[in-house]
Amino acid sequence: MPEDKGQFDVAYVAHLARLQLTDAEMTQFSAQLQNILAYVTKLNELDVSNVEPTAHAVPLTNVLRKDEARPSIERERVLANAPESARELFIMPKIVE
Amino acid sequence: MSLHTLTVCQLRDKIRTGEVSSREATQSLLDRIATVDGKVKAYNWLNDDDALAQADAAKKDGALAGVPVAIKDVLNVEGQPCTCASKILQGYIAPYDATAVRKLREAGAILVGRTNMDEFAMGSSTENSSWGTTRNPWDLTRIPGGSSGGSAAAVAADEAFAALGSDTGGSIRQPAALCGCVGLKPTYGRVSRYGLVAFASSLDQIGPFTKDVRDAALLLGVISGHDPMDSTSVPRAVPDYVAALERGVKGLRIGLPKEYFIPGMDREVEAAVRTAIRQWESLGAEVVEISLPHTDYAVAVYYLIATAEASANLARFDGVRYGLRVKGDDVIDTYGKTRGAGFGSEVKRRIILGTYALSAGYYDAYYLRAQKVRTLIRRDFEKAFAKCDVIVTPTTPEVAFKAGEKSGDPLKMYLSDIFTISVNLAGICGVSVPCGFAHKLPVGLQIIGKAFDEETVLRTAHAYEQATAWHKERPVL
Repeated sequence: MPEDKGQFDVAYVAHLARLQLTDAEMTQFSAQLQNILAYVTKLNELDVSNVEPTAHAVPLTNVLRKDEARPSIERERVLANAPESARELFIMPKIVE
Repeated sequence: MSLHTLTVCQLRDKIRTGEVSSREATQSLLDRIATVDGKVKAYNWLNDDDALAQADAAKKDGALAGVPVAIKDVLNVEGQPCTCASKILQGYIAPYDATAVRKLREAGAILVGRTNMDEFAMGSSTENSSWGTTRNPWDLTRIPGGSSGGSAAAVAADEAFAALGSDTGGSIRQPAALCGCVGLKPTYGRVSRYGLVAFASSLDQIGPFTKDVRDAALLLGVISGHDPMDSTSVPRAVPDYVAALERGVKGLRIGLPKEYFIPGMDREVEAAVRTAIRQWESLGAEVVEISLPHTDYAVAVYYLIATAEASANLARFDGVRYGLRVKGDDVIDTYGKTRGAGFGSEVKRRIILGTYALSAGYYDAYYLRAQKVRTLIRRDFEKAFAKCDVIVTPTTPEVAFKAGEKSGDPLKMYLSDIFTISVNLAGICGVSVPCGFAHKLPVGLQIIGKAFDEETVLRTAHAYEQATAWHKERPVL
């Protein structure tokens, strides 16, 4: 686990997460997360070189179903929750010119 | 007659025989809520007319025929809001039922309202809610625990006959302990997660809050089972959990993990738990000391895995398909502004931590290492269960704390879940039942079982409950 505690860059990570933070939040989170990251370095005490990771507690793999068309939630009811919609579509800010 | 104080089984039987109607029971509950919820603040949303209409239409047969049940504000109930106590989901109306909710409806339950929680189930006190903090019915200056604090407080205050919650690191068991009711986290895969707004998908599980163990067994039987809509739900028969209660604990081996009886834990809490253990011994159970050597690493593992999964799951809240949208200069700016305005502090903190743990250069060091230590924690339980049938611990190291006491220090708040987190990491089941009082506040006893062995967990809890009267204590409001 990295020990370069000074390099935790909240602004960079917030950008990756598409999350705009205020300056006050940046300052607060930076200190708090530094503290939490220092705490989790205790995992370095353990030798895990021959241990398999656990992604899921229940070993189920490749759960498949038939690719069949089925009814789904009606379009109007889904679009009713949209911040902006028109003609059966979600309206978004323009992505490409 | 104060119908609202009845258990689910008592009420269901009275409705079946025609002694009371579902409308009368629902009205009694709504009256109780109107009287005390101004103090407790367990509910985020209620609709009296809708609840009474459901009661009038309720069928007479079914395991929960005519019984009102409260739902944590993280589970979709068709036609009702689902806010996850977040501003980002303000105005969202669920267009479908979660599978667990559908099963409640099919059993005849009335879906009476939405209970408060920590935003997106992230917290241990229900203080991280855009609706405000729920109060502990035993002491209104204290928190009810979290994240399912509204469900726990509602059941404890007789504002709900039963409620559903979700448990990712203790969010059912911890508030049940702090409010003095029964809270069950089933084995991962036992209950479908379809329609549960995801926090950490490898850890989340839905479970019931009830006034006694029999009701917990009844509700578990209703909501369990394989669901094609959740590929992590396990195709395994659902046993008769209520019938399993009566088998007693004679010859049962109860494991006490030495790592859970630590210096620094509240003495009165420990005394209550030790007394409960002697109770089981007097009923014929055998107590064995066991070890769960990686317990001390569980909180660190959890806060890397849960936040990593959360950072991915919460990516869907981007102001496109539902909820809040704050317009920016372009699409990226819109995402950032929407999420910045919509999420509260704790959620933002966890998204940042989880994104960091998964980011290039840090994945192996944080996330992958945490997953490996998760394996060690699972193995601890596998080894322990070779020596015992259930494991008993305090649910929490201390009683309900004061509102505001830990909200400024996230790490301190995280450590309050130290006794419940390992169960989620191992994917096994656990229940918290009331076992007395410390400093005049409820103490919870946690009974942990093997994967898919809820029958033994519930039977152990039931035997204790039959021999004691703690579950009948109610706060004065």
